[in-house]
Amino acid sequence: MTLTREEVEHIANLARLQLSEEELALYRGQLSAILEYFSQLQVLDTTEIPPTASVLPARSVLREDRVRPGLNREELLRNAPEEEAGQIRVPPVLD
Amino acid sequence: MSGLIDLSLVQAVQALRKGDISSRLLIEAYLERINQLDAKLHAFLAIAPEKALAQAEAADRRLQAWRRHPEEPLPALLGIPVAVKDVLCVAGMPCTCGSRILEEFYPPFHATVVERLLSAGAIILGKTNTDEFAMGSSTENSAYGVTHNPWDLERVPGGSSGGSAAAVAARLALVALGTDTGGSVRQPASFCGVTGIKPTYGRVSRYGLVAYGSSLDVVGVLGRDVQDVASVFSQIAGYDTKDATTLDLPVPGMNVGEQADLSGLRVGVPEEYFIPGMQAEVEEVVRQAIHMLEKLGAQLKPVSMPHTRYALPVYYIVAPAEASANLARYDGIRYGPRVPAQTLWGVFRQTRGQKFGPEVKRRIMLGTYALSAGYYEAYYGQAQKVRTLIKQDFDAAFKDVDVIAAPVAPTTAFKIGGHGDDPLSMYLEDVFTLPANLAGVPGLAFPVGFDQQGLPVGMQLMGPHFREELLFRTAFTYQRATEWHKNTPEMVA
Repeated sequence: MTLTREEVEHIANLARLQLSEEELALYRGQLSAILEYFSQLQVLDTTEIPPTASVLPARSVLREDRVRPGLNREELLRNAPEEEAGQIRVPPVLD
Repeated sequence: MSGLIDLSLVQAVQALRKGDISSRLLIEAYLERINQLDAKLHAFLAIAPEKALAQAEAADRRLQAWRRHPEEPLPALLGIPVAVKDVLCVAGMPCTCGSRILEEFYPPFHATVVERLLSAGAIILGKTNTDEFAMGSSTENSAYGVTHNPWDLERVPGGSSGGSAAAVAARLALVALGTDTGGSVRQPASFCGVTGIKPTYGRVSRYGLVAYGSSLDVVGVLGRDVQDVASVFSQIAGYDTKDATTLDLPVPGMNVGEQADLSGLRVGVPEEYFIPGMQAEVEEVVRQAIHMLEKLGAQLKPVSMPHTRYALPVYYIVAPAEASANLARYDGIRYGPRVPAQTLWGVFRQTRGQKFGPEVKRRIMLGTYALSAGYYEAYYGQAQKVRTLIKQDFDAAFKDVDVIAAPVAPTTAFKIGGHGDDPLSMYLEDVFTLPANLAGVPGLAFPVGFDQQGLPVGMQLMGPHFREELLFRTAFTYQRATEWHKNTPEMVA
């Protein structure tokens, strides 16, 4: 199983990762080897086996819908890379 | 001075109550150890000496008042120095997760486990080093430099909770919090010769833990012996309204129980955990420890866990898939550094491309691929089904035995750089710890001997869901009969 350069670039795009040419080449080799190793899972017949998403019994947890103190806005904004007028500043969303 | 750091947590709690020692002197002793030794070890990413000393003085005042009114309740860990892995939020301290993408991030709230430690009177010395976002088995993936193993500075401490394990082993902290997604408490505990619990999935709140693999992550404790670990575990465990995955079940107390021996206990020994290619001395030492359990009265039974070998590929699909979703939030918008670009799209790609390290990018790509259209069923879907088979192996084994005993890792601590650029060979280090995470069962690692180079070897006990007390009692009986957990690296002596 060998990924093409285009496939690696496509995955990087989906993951919003800007990669250099060297990184694309490195990950192409490494991911191909790892996926090859994963292929051993294909030999198991699992047609009758249900998937496990969580080991806990699934249940809904509800709480009363009432106002309670939240996080402090000023403190939250202190972590933002760019701030303006009490809001987080970002580059244009639409071109 | 050396007398103070020789006290275990249980001993220190007693000495503080009696007034034989003060919290201030205890905290000073640990801060001095950090000052002297952390340049060599790099176990800490941040320390908080002023705050710790102020808390120690408050603890001493409270202890003094209590001695006049000993009928008043006293918090269980009052005045005790702890370290916290840098993936858990402590308000007022940075939380980097070992990543450049969270450089300078100051969480505005405490993780629930931190809140509970502080309510119990514990004093946080600092934040410990970790593989970036807890992805790794050596701390070599920390963006801030590797932690060194106190037993041999040229070797890794294990990971990802390597900073916590090294700090406890070298006595730079009395106990420490870690996290375990695929072995990240147990493997470093084993490499550094300390005791570490990976609790049952759902036993300890993850509110304020930076998420990696949400169906696997648990917060655990590393300490010098089982009693110390159980003491902290009993304080942090239990239901939390802020984490819907915690279960409302009674938490066992810190008293691990007095029992003369292990008679009546059935210990399962899975042959699938003794594989060709593992370090021969590790197998030898662990088999001796299992024999010791028998001498202490336990009954040994072979158990078969035929899907063990698939835990590695299953984990390295499931965990990266979950990580690729969990780490989508690091985009240079709300927190962390932002790499400027003309467009929003450019900010995302540049910030993530430049600020994530190589292993994190690798796992995000792996997870993204496993979840992508056309490959989902073959990879993620199949991995979830095989996960069921692995869980069923445990269910079947626990019909016949009470606990399972196995090695923690196939080797002792390896050399820094020893795995070179081969991610797959590094992943193989996790082969014995991954199954417990996939099945959600608790695991307790503790030292049971040394290899010929004098490096610690660990054994793990795994038990049914929510039966941590059974693991504590078994290991406590073992530690009472043996001395392995009392060995310390040279820098302690």
